[in-house]
Amino acid sequence: MSSQSPPAAVPAPATNPVPPGLIALFAAFAKMSLSGFGGVLVFARRAIVDEHRWMTAEEFNETYALCHFLPGPNVVNLSVVFGSRFRGVAGGVAAFAGLVGPPMALVTLLAALYAHFGEVDALRRSLAGVTCAAAGLLLSAVIRMMAPLVKKREILLLLVMLAVFVAIGWLRLPLPWVLLVAAPVSIGVSFAARRPAA
Amino acid sequence: MSSEQDPLFGLISTFALLSLFAIGGANAAVPEMHRIAVEIHHWMTEKQFADAFAISQLSPGPNVLIVTLIGYAVAGVPGALGATLAMCVPTAVLAYVVSRRLARSGASRWPAVIRAALVPLSIGLMAASGLIVAEAADKTWLAALVTVAVAIVAATTRLNPLWLLLAGGALGFAGVI
Repeated sequence: MSSQSPPAAVPAPATNPVPPGLIALFAAFAKMSLSGFGGVLVFARRAIVDEHRWMTAEEFNETYALCHFLPGPNVVNLSVVFGSRFRGVAGGVAAFAGLVGPPMALVTLLAALYAHFGEVDALRRSLAGVTCAAAGLLLSAVIRMMAPLVKKREILLLLVMLAVFVAIGWLRLPLPWVLLVAAPVSIGVSFAARRPAA
Repeated sequence: MSSEQDPLFGLISTFALLSLFAIGGANAAVPEMHRIAVEIHHWMTEKQFADAFAISQLSPGPNVLIVTLIGYAVAGVPGALGATLAMCVPTAVLAYVVSRRLARSGASRWPAVIRAALVPLSIGLMAASGLIVAEAADKTWLAALVTVAVAIVAATTRLNPLWLLLAGGALGFAGVI
């Protein structure tokens, strides 16, 4: 969920010379996924960089940055890019299946339980409480991500951010149209902001 | 609308398209999921959508699993599987192709301008997600207060978010909010 730049790189020891096999990829991603309450990224980093030493911290940061700025679920993208780097398409599929398969089975089970018991009053109340907190977590991610822009007084980028928020959150406009307008504007603003410094 | 006749097809085409616009990850696409599932297709009620978001946040695994819950609500187990794959596979293929290209060209990073430009977009989308989930969840002043308190605690400490979710659930169970 968090999107600040990945944590500072710790000087890492050399990476493991033996590339992971398909089963190892599946198992490692399944394990990090199932331990990833509240976001898998921290666990992915720990497993890939610290535990298995498949990548240095810097390689991990660069790979994650790439996946973060591509559309789609970031950690899912990471699993595919990571797995395929070692074992081609099959490796990407193995890592992806490990990351998504087991928790998806679990969530499908929860969905079935919800379909049966969703009207039970105690469950309704509890989930409502969880949702209140979950909304707070989203806002906290916004606060953390905004902080660098506020600190650097990036007024124009903050205005772009605000415009996207109003268009999507308030006016409920369709996402593709909003992005087709906002993305070129944002790129133009960033480009203009960068030129004097360059 | 074709999704009225074949909900599975509607689900898959919807999420496959949506994934390509999910800048900043699955949580940034929550407003569009809400617009499609609740406002346009009436696949779920507001309450069911909010509950799906809560369950996906409580569960281990990537945030994208909210689409598994939406898919299940629409078309059972095939819906859960279809929606999840539709949301993941197109962008996973894109990521694979782009990372190969970049590796071959020797550039392992996005141009800095593009990266800087995408940041405000994903923050704006995430803020909109927060608003939409808060609107669905915070029916009382006390509930809104809990949301604000969680936002502050989570932004200023390194507490595992799971504890905050469970605390919210406990307050809900106790009937406080």
